[in-house]
Amino acid sequence: MNWLTSFFVWMGEFFGNGANWSGPGGIPMRLLEHLEFSALALLLAVLLAVPLGLAIGHTGRGEVLIVVSANLARALPTLGLLVMFVLLLGTASIWPVIIPLVLLSVPPILVNTFEGIKGVDPELRDAAYGMGLRGGQVLGRVLVPVALPLILLGCRLSAIQVVATTTVAAYTGLGGLGRYVIDGFATKDYASVVGGSVLIVLFALVVQLLFALAQRVTVSPGVSQRVNVR
Amino acid sequence: MGDGPPSLWEWIGRNWDTGRAGSIKDLLIDHLTMSLVPILFALIVALPLGLACVRWRWLYQPASGLMNIVYALPSLPVFMLLISVTGLSQTTVIIPLAFYGVAVLLPAVVGGLDSVPDHVRQSAVAMGFSPLRRLLAVELPIAVPVVLAGLRVVAVSSISLVSVGALIGQGGLGGLFTRAYQNPFMPPVIVGIVLIVLLALIADGLLVLAQRVLTPWVRVRKGVAS
Amino acid sequence: MITFDAVTKRFPDGTVAVDDLTMEAPTGEITVLVGPSGCGKTTSLRMINRMIDASEGQILLDGVPVQSIDPPTLRRGIGYVIQQAGLFPHRKIVDNIATVPHLLGWDRKKARDRAMELLERVGLDPELAGRYPFQLSGGQQQRVGVARALAADPPVLLMDEPFSAVDPVVRTSLQEELLRLQDELNKTIVFVTHDIDEAIKLGDRVAVLRVGGRLAQLAAPKTLLSEPSDDFVREFLGHDRGIRRLQFVSTEGLRLRTDLTVRDAAGGSSEEPWRLVVDEQGGPVGWISWSRPDELEPFGSFLYGRDSMRSALDAALLSPSGCSVAVDDEGKVVGVATREALDEALAEAADG
Ligand SMILES: Nc1ncnc2c1ncn2[C@@H]1O[C@H](COP(=O)(O)OP(=O)(O)OP(=O)(O)O)[C@@H](O)[C@H]1O
Ligand SMILES: [Mg+2]
Repeated sequence: MNWLTSFFVWMGEFFGNGANWSGPGGIPMRLLEHLEFSALALLLAVLLAVPLGLAIGHTGRGEVLIVVSANLARALPTLGLLVMFVLLLGTASIWPVIIPLVLLSVPPILVNTFEGIKGVDPELRDAAYGMGLRGGQVLGRVLVPVALPLILLGCRLSAIQVVATTTVAAYTGLGGLGRYVIDGFATKDYASVVGGSVLIVLFALVVQLLFALAQRVTVSPGVSQRVNVR
Repeated sequence: MGDGPPSLWEWIGRNWDTGRAGSIKDLLIDHLTMSLVPILFALIVALPLGLACVRWRWLYQPASGLMNIVYALPSLPVFMLLISVTGLSQTTVIIPLAFYGVAVLLPAVVGGLDSVPDHVRQSAVAMGFSPLRRLLAVELPIAVPVVLAGLRVVAVSSISLVSVGALIGQGGLGGLFTRAYQNPFMPPVIVGIVLIVLLALIADGLLVLAQRVLTPWVRVRKGVAS
Repeated sequence: MITFDAVTKRFPDGTVAVDDLTMEAPTGEITVLVGPSGCGKTTSLRMINRMIDASEGQILLDGVPVQSIDPPTLRRGIGYVIQQAGLFPHRKIVDNIATVPHLLGWDRKKARDRAMELLERVGLDPELAGRYPFQLSGGQQQRVGVARALAADPPVLLMDEPFSAVDPVVRTSLQEELLRLQDELNKTIVFVTHDIDEAIKLGDRVAVLRVGGRLAQLAAPKTLLSEPSDDFVREFLGHDRGIRRLQFVSTEGLRLRTDLTVRDAAGGSSEEPWRLVVDEQGGPVGWISWSRPDELEPFGSFLYGRDSMRSALDAALLSPSGCSVAVDDEGKVVGVATREALDEALAEAADG
């Protein structure tokens, strides 16, 4: 159990060190940075992918885009993409790093939004039009609420991806919790590596939890079939 | 050769097989090992686990809950935490990838078995198939397309995820990225990305082919899975 | 009134689903479109609310071409009921019913009250209002579908095989419910089915379509049964067309005998092999014969003047006496239709 004891020793060293709790390299700061970059990338991805997925799913035009993006996104190596953008655009701002982050998080949202909308029972769509809803109303009042579980799933998968990639992006100079891991590894400061890793894992789990809660709150019980009223 | 940086093709030619560690060919072989082992492991674990989850329904909820959590863990910190157990070896990269694979494949196996229509199951029972025969001869073949769709996702993501291992010195072709970053130079990045995407496409293509052969009665679906 | 004026629908792939259809669906009546699968029933129906646009000819709604009305506006004034009900899974039953009133901008309370009223109208427990569609049975969902179509009180109702996904017992009760509702509401209903029995039961007028989207015959059910226009219609109506026709022959003129009813087994003429025993209120109890004076035999009855000859004949077949008992609304015996009387009536029906 040698590694287990060293794990706890390193944890104690990292979290017990008062210097790690303040200043620009402190845990609160790094946590905020990580949150900021992840949230920014995810937000941009949502703003891009959800409308696009809705449009393609609703109109049925441009489905090729979905297939290509789904397969390509999974195959593209994140580290390679990050390095490529940084070599191309330099490190003067955070954008050379944020752009690949966004690119990588678009596909899960796009694909799931599309599948969600397309998977809605055609009878339901038919009934909605038949009752006199207009195109936009059919989308907004019927298709989106019914497809919401899948749309949120896409966002959740994307969030997982963004949190992980933001960590990797520390390698190319981005701030955030990944710094502890990357810098610690480079300087053989294992307390920093272990502490940072634990923080990132916790961060990822909290994000998961938040999405699970959001799902519970926003998806109609009639869709999730999770009610037992009366 | 002049003093300027070599062109892409020159660079490839010079680095393909240097005989020293870190040649492109070496990295490619490492990359293949580190991505194929997790794929196989995922299949070997997820199949029986999935069967168990279908047989004992109560198992599925906790198993899939656990796998959801596993799937949410970012790879880099997990590699880092494993270093103190398995050292700076390929195993450190392979273990997490294998678990991600199981996380993706388990729902596919369960979904595939669930996709067996009840009337098919019933008529197999009525024809006198024993439970094991029924599983092997009826249910698994019907589940194959869904399982393979999951396996395609596992294969492609494993191949691309291996490269993150480069940050602990075990990333196969990902090593090209760190090398390019430390010594700013574009050709290795391009070569790395292209080779990884190619590997992924080849693996995907082989699995599509496998599905054609294994389930000639199903038309191959478009490659969109969650 | 809905008027089809030489309407043709040709799909982009060349399929002609409806071919030169000219017919009318009169106000306040149920017009049924019936025919084999793929004959263009759904297409015809959906052209009325412009879910599909006609290729040639026009459809008029009270004289106004539907083509001149903006589709959503048109549809809000036309109730539409489909096979699987098409309820919105994310909305509670009450909100599902109130969909169109909401669209029309009714205030919340009014829309809700209207929804609750309709829930009862279609024979559902108001308790169900707060449930989601998945918590209802197929038959209940279908009733909600009807309620939802009626919510904004549209003068026209389009129904596309609304009852075909439920079991026969539920289907029968839904059909009866529809007829009862129609008695109160007098909507202009176009009803699509592939079930000829349903068509004959519900329709004031029945349009039989043949594959290729051509109208084979449009007539009242009775006429359809007695005078099918050609072999296609005859075949489509099925083998027991003659028996089913009796459904439309009234028992009003049926000759009844009133001298066969007795209060006890000893009464009545000894000439008659069978006598009908009645109770104090005049209700039928059973048939009695001289050969077995201790035993009451079963009887069958029909509502005199209201039930059809089919019921009268059915009642006769239920009893060893071969006679059927005519009763009034209170269940009192009016008289007895003997074999001879039934014979006469049948001969008359066969003639005309
Ligand atoms: N969108 C379409 N494109 C091409 N052909 C169509 C389309 N919709 C329907 N058809 C064809 O038009 C014909 C009539 O279809 P329709 O749905 O009106 O039949 P139906 O009488 O309602 O049949 P069913 O009883 O099976 O519902 C069929 O041959 C059908 O294949
Ligand atoms: Mg139809």
